[in-house]
Amino acid sequence: MTASTPPPIGAPHDDVSATAAHAATGGLVKSVVALDRVVIRLAGDSGDGMQLTGNRFTSETASFGNDLSTLPNFPAEIRAPTGTLPGVSSFQLHFADHDIMTPGDAPDVLVAMNPAALKSNLSDLPGGGLLILDSDEFTPRNLAKVGYATNPLEDGSLEAWQTVPVPLTSMTLDALADSGLGKKEAERSKNMFTLGLLSWMYHRPTEGTVRFLERQFRRKPDIAAANIAAFRAGYNYGETTEAFAVSYEIKPAPMEAGLYRNISGNQALSLGIVAAGQRSGLPIFLGAYPITPASDILHELSKHKAFGVRTFQAEDEIAGIGAALGASFGGALGVTTTSGPGVALKAETIGLAVMTELPLLIVDVQRGGPSTGLPTKTEQSDLLQAMFGRNGEAPLPVIAPRSPGDCFDAAIEAVRIALTYRTPVMLLSDGYLANGAEPWAVPEADSLPDLTGTVGFATGPNAAATDGTPEFHPYQRDPETLARAWAVPGTVGLQHRIGGLEKADGNGNISYDPANHDFMVRTRQAKIDGIAASIGPTDVEDPDGDATVAVIGWGSTYGPIGAACRRIRASGRKVAQIHVRHINPFPTDLGEVLARYDRVICPEMNLGQLALLLRAKYLVDVQSHTQVSGMPFRSAELAAVIQDAIDTSSTPAVPAGAAANGATQ
Amino acid sequence: MTTLDTHVHDLGMPGNPISAAVADSVALAGEKKTDLKAKDLKTDQEVRWCPGCGDYVILNAVQSFLPSLGIAREDMVIISGIGCSSRFPYYMNTYGMHSIHGRAPAIATGLAASRPDLSVWVVTGDGDSLSIGGNHLIHALRRNVNMTILLFNNRIYGLTKGQYSPTSEVGKVTKSTPMGSIDAPFNPISLALGADATFVGRAMDSDRKGLTDVLRQAAEHQGTSLVEIYQNCNIFNDGAFELLKDPNTGTQWSIPLEQGKPLVFGPEGAACVVKDDFGGLRIAETNQVDADDIVVHDATRENPAYAFALSRLSSQDLRYTPMGVFRSVSKPTYDGMMTEQLDTAKVQQTADLDALLGGGETWTVGN
Ligand code: SF4
Repeated sequence: MTASTPPPIGAPHDDVSATAAHAATGGLVKSVVALDRVVIRLAGDSGDGMQLTGNRFTSETASFGNDLSTLPNFPAEIRAPTGTLPGVSSFQLHFADHDIMTPGDAPDVLVAMNPAALKSNLSDLPGGGLLILDSDEFTPRNLAKVGYATNPLEDGSLEAWQTVPVPLTSMTLDALADSGLGKKEAERSKNMFTLGLLSWMYHRPTEGTVRFLERQFRRKPDIAAANIAAFRAGYNYGETTEAFAVSYEIKPAPMEAGLYRNISGNQALSLGIVAAGQRSGLPIFLGAYPITPASDILHELSKHKAFGVRTFQAEDEIAGIGAALGASFGGALGVTTTSGPGVALKAETIGLAVMTELPLLIVDVQRGGPSTGLPTKTEQSDLLQAMFGRNGEAPLPVIAPRSPGDCFDAAIEAVRIALTYRTPVMLLSDGYLANGAEPWAVPEADSLPDLTGTVGFATGPNAAATDGTPEFHPYQRDPETLARAWAVPGTVGLQHRIGGLEKADGNGNISYDPANHDFMVRTRQAKIDGIAASIGPTDVEDPDGDATVAVIGWGSTYGPIGAACRRIRASGRKVAQIHVRHINPFPTDLGEVLARYDRVICPEMNLGQLALLLRAKYLVDVQSHTQVSGMPFRSAELAAVIQDAIDTSSTPAVPAGAAANGATQ
Repeated sequence: MTTLDTHVHDLGMPGNPISAAVADSVALAGEKKTDLKAKDLKTDQEVRWCPGCGDYVILNAVQSFLPSLGIAREDMVIISGIGCSSRFPYYMNTYGMHSIHGRAPAIATGLAASRPDLSVWVVTGDGDSLSIGGNHLIHALRRNVNMTILLFNNRIYGLTKGQYSPTSEVGKVTKSTPMGSIDAPFNPISLALGADATFVGRAMDSDRKGLTDVLRQAAEHQGTSLVEIYQNCNIFNDGAFELLKDPNTGTQWSIPLEQGKPLVFGPEGAACVVKDDFGGLRIAETNQVDADDIVVHDATRENPAYAFALSRLSSQDLRYTPMGVFRSVSKPTYDGMMTEQLDTAKVQQTADLDALLGGGETWTVGN
């Protein structure tokens, strides 16, 4: 099963030509094949360190200069029984010499550290793909655990793939024979051996990993040395073995000049919050309760106390948002972070924030629902909860980032709106954005929006009593934004009481007057609707401007939809991509934009929530395409849906037979 | 509760708890005044409790005693939940928030932790703080956030018109318990001590002197203070505390807690508190025990077991009810420690946003 003369790995598409060169290494003649992109998936037991290995390979790849996108996929259980199917954890990385939008539909290379990883991932590996297996793990016991009656390494069932069994465990042990470590401990370095092998295969720089291991284990030098030794042994094995005759080169992607780092959505979102605090001059107060997949934001923000960031791990979700709202009342920027079940618990306090018209940022990192659902998987099914999940007419702005790096800008934008309009704002991220990573052009702090003008605490009376005495009216509004006056405790003469009961327009006293209630309900709605004036036109990508079919999306489907549109265009067809970042309120021109197209398709990781909003608001016959598998869309599948829509629409735009599925994504 | 002269809160000093944005606008607004009169704390809002409600007397007591703390009214914030008592903030000319059911301690925690310069108060009732908000109450108490919680206990749901509450006695017949309540009630003092609250006291609405005395100590305490105030709801639970209020029975069944004094009570001091055989306390006849065996009250005992034993002396029908301060111990406050951590971080690290954004592993393209 040794792959002696394999076809190029990583370019299953027909429009890319792989160029081979020959190099002499260690006496062996090995060829170097140039590829434009590769998708690698590492799969193993939760205890095998696949996420760490994936992250290291990602860092090497990022520093090499490829564009990249990642998809970690791990079980909800912290440590399911070793070697079982529920315990499999995987990490997929797509990297390329051009800009890419997704972590890739399917891997070109699958590394399976045990039979369970093979069994649960093999169906995703297209025929002919490279399959690297740790042959040491294919023992009768491990095979039986996952229900293999015969050994796939011997029964011929893997013939459709380029299968390379490598005794990763025993080679790691051999390499560490003199390390002084016990067998168990030495074995744990097999992920670094694997990383070394892959680093050789894809010409990755290695210094970063060596530095990382030294840093990571600085208090355990023997472990650091063992991991580095295993890493180097894996690299050298690649160079000298006959099992791998080819290595691959993927040139750096052209990127704008500047400083870059690799960033996950949760990291970017956290930094966006810190930046928003610095740019507005308000201290951040985060009230949060741990919940997957949002907890990393709490962890990250708790490291930034030097920036005046206070983090409060509350007794429950309700206390988290309550404390954040209390802090906002005191003149801080209150933030609460959670996932769908937490939003449900916070609903009543969000209503209070709507009523008291205080700035508040609510971050919902969406996961599979309903109820506890799929905590570690992604979904977009909280949109309607964000829009409507409260009693009464309780409108609030909803914003969604479109990529991991975009979480940074979306957080700042959400804060801009919260402060300018004195309102709670819902920021809808999701599990895919939160844990996925991409290269991020580091912005200069001075280039970020200046939010100091959005604060404007009241410092004196803004109205007069009937007898002419100057008074402070907390519900006196800015005529343009309809934002109410915000006076913080401590300010002389502006003492006032706010709360959940209906307020009289202006002076903010309790009012049960029917006409006043009607007016206040409409005013709160008008304030949120008015935000549209500050957000710019709809983001439409229609290169020739004459597409008849449009695909509309929000949030993290931006990448897969964009990649699908590229495929469609590469097949000679035309399609427009509409991306909605502000979901409430929508951009003012969205209705007009939608009306331009004969057909509008809306792919969502829910059962059609944005489609419902668009149909209700614009009376447009939006065609919903949905998937709720806990995984992001595959762009090839979306391309097929779009192609079908184009080819069956009244005026076919391309000659029959030109398939869109093989195009570069 | 902070009793600092808030006019001089250390603006501009290291560890300044107020952000520059807040400090600037506060400074712009002008001079603070700390020599207040009770009338300075009244608002123009019509007080809307039922005539004869115990809430009126509590409001008056609070408005009369607060000026003596020397805190400017703009530096006081009163946060309430839902219920009759939670209307309180509307009648106080301070900053205030009438929030949602049970959540006042959580909201106050965020405010107190981010604004240690303020005097933060929570006004709540037995339903608000012990049913729907029970979780927030116990966590606020264990954290020791600097705030004072006034728990108006009328042993009934007033605002929703007369259902039994988590402090109603077993057997209580109400609209929702026509055959009598089968819920065992909470003893709020025992609950608070179970959460290791650093200050716990109890007072009677109609006892202006006793109430003021406990409130003052609560306000001056650094950390979370809980004051249970027995409050008569003359509409739905009239006379609930009559046993203790009636001059004939009151002295017999109340145990006044006075720091450093032996726990002797009742007509002619006929009853007293002594240790029992199991590490708790019991009631004895004064003339049947050695004077040395009578317990001397000390609210500053570190171990909450003593205060807890005191709280267990009373029964559901209010016989042997200790009134006064059960516990008052000094522990670091949550907001104080949070501020300290921020100060430490600021010394260890400079707040350079460019350095933060460009942190971690980076690479440069071009140029
Ligand atoms: S119902 Fe009872 S507690 Fe409520 S205001 Fe009336 S008397 Fe007071």
